[in-house]
Amino acid sequence: MIVVLALAVGGLYAAGAFLLLQRSLTRIILGIALLGHGANLLLLLAGGASGRAPIVDGSDQAVSDPLPQALALTAIVITFGLTAFLLALAYRSWLLRHDDEVEDDVEDRRIARLGRGKS
Amino acid sequence: MNVLVPLPVVLPLLAAALSLAAYGRTTLQRAIGLVTMTATCAASATLLTLVIRDGPMSADLGGWGPSIGIVLVADLFAVVMLAVSSAMVLAVLVYAIGSPATGDSAALFHPVYLVLAAGVSASFLTGDLFNLFVAFEVMLSASYVLMTLGGRAEQVRSGMTYVVVSLLASTLFITAVALVYAATGTVNLAELAVRMPDLPPFVRDSLGLLLLVVFGIKAAIFPLFFWLPDSYPTAPTPVTAIFAGLLTKVGVYAIIRTQMLLFQSDGPSPLLLSIAGATMLVGVLGAIAQDDIKRILSFHIVSQIGYMILGLGLFTVAGLAASIFYIVHHIIVKTTLFLVGGIVEQATGTGALRRLSGVATRMPVTAVLFLVPALSLAGLPPFSGFVAKLGLVEAGLAEHRHVIIGVSLLVSLLTLFSMTKIWGGAFWGTADEAAFVNAAPNRSGAPALMIAPTAVLVAASLAVALAAGPLYGVAESAAESLIDAGAYVRLVTGP
Repeated sequence: MIVVLALAVGGLYAAGAFLLLQRSLTRIILGIALLGHGANLLLLLAGGASGRAPIVDGSDQAVSDPLPQALALTAIVITFGLTAFLLALAYRSWLLRHDDEVEDDVEDRRIARLGRGKS
Repeated sequence: MNVLVPLPVVLPLLAAALSLAAYGRTTLQRAIGLVTMTATCAASATLLTLVIRDGPMSADLGGWGPSIGIVLVADLFAVVMLAVSSAMVLAVLVYAIGSPATGDSAALFHPVYLVLAAGVSASFLTGDLFNLFVAFEVMLSASYVLMTLGGRAEQVRSGMTYVVVSLLASTLFITAVALVYAATGTVNLAELAVRMPDLPPFVRDSLGLLLLVVFGIKAAIFPLFFWLPDSYPTAPTPVTAIFAGLLTKVGVYAIIRTQMLLFQSDGPSPLLLSIAGATMLVGVLGAIAQDDIKRILSFHIVSQIGYMILGLGLFTVAGLAASIFYIVHHIIVKTTLFLVGGIVEQATGTGALRRLSGVATRMPVTAVLFLVPALSLAGLPPFSGFVAKLGLVEAGLAEHRHVIIGVSLLVSLLTLFSMTKIWGGAFWGTADEAAFVNAAPNRSGAPALMIAPTAVLVAASLAVALAAGPLYGVAESAAESLIDAGAYVRLVTGP
């Protein structure tokens, strides 16, 4: 089971990194979301093998580690909120420009042209 | 257990909720912000004096022990940063209220600004790697909103770069936390400091490198700085100033904290020293090519980060002390420079050097307020930057690192050149009265509420230079407590 999940983490990271390198904003946001899922799953896996629900009731079966679950929950909430913010920002960008492409730094381009013009 | 320790985090957070409840009533929101930040400053200053007098403190929140609960640690390095940063937050808040261009009547500005302050304080105080992540997120989410609050096309464009890069860094941070937990079974910094040396060197180095990349993105070190000069200049001036003064320095703080506590090396680290050299050089060369005041200053942030990493890379008390002193000096000076840049922009409607001229003739007070921190940034005596750079040079020479010291001196010279470029472009020349469209009719050309905090910060940077002896002593004891990771562990886990 842990091998399958580890492969899933790897797949999520790979797909996320690929999407992040695209020029289109929608793909970048999807990439961020996938990377976030991968990271949260990795956090969950860091607790080791799964076990019984971590409730102390006197039985001596191995329980799963609760700490990574709590950490993953916190991280999921944060990732969720920020993805929502990013989507709102992307929508705003669409409203302003009607274009999904990430732009270059305008001033940087201008200065680069200056440099080329002189040489 | 000290009740004072959580205050710098709790006060701004509570006030943010209050401020949100006062939605739409700008005057009330301003009052809440000012009162809270004054109280936070007082709490931080009290913490600083207590820690200097009685030694470091830690607080286990809710009475839970350090291995399961949330632990806050107020050691000397943390409280020095805390005191300086809360003073900056207060000064910039006054400036923001005084500046017409801030748009602080936007109902969300004040609550979000307070959340930012809470996030910064939490990053300094936390004694737990995962809570450091949470504190970073609190601070960064607030910064995303502040940066794009105006909603102009340009802000959305540069804000997008900033948000995506920061989110990527956050994802890497979660990855690092997960791997650290998988390897050691804890995220508490003190327990990590105990368990880290037992790990195989390969695992330890990989974790160290991953965390360096994570914090390196936030601190804008070479080669991870490209987002900074693109995104910072488009925000309103007070926002840029507080970002410039504090956010990257929180990244540097996290680098110093983790490197000293978890991955301390015996001698100078070639990796950190090369990063420092490249950061300094590339940052300053970038600055020389720019034409806009805020963009020049943004590239200088990158360049200056190199100096702080240089002191850390030496891994000696002298180097660290110089780094800490440098950070304090830099926070004050950099914030001031951005505030002055904002005053010029406010008066003339532009920050582009090719369109500016004669600011010194029309606004002599503002010109003086620029000249002092600019010379200090370049490291000219008798200003604070000189003391900081002298400390770094001495520490570097003591370790026979001549190349990197040579680079740092060259970069100082180029910094001076770049500052004279602003001075020659914007402040000298003939003043064309028509260009000063928004200038106030007084000799500073700006509302008193913009000039006053800027002048106070200039005075503070002069005071840092005047009181350099005792302050350097504080920096040295902070450095000594950083070198001794065992002291931190004993403080958190008890004797």
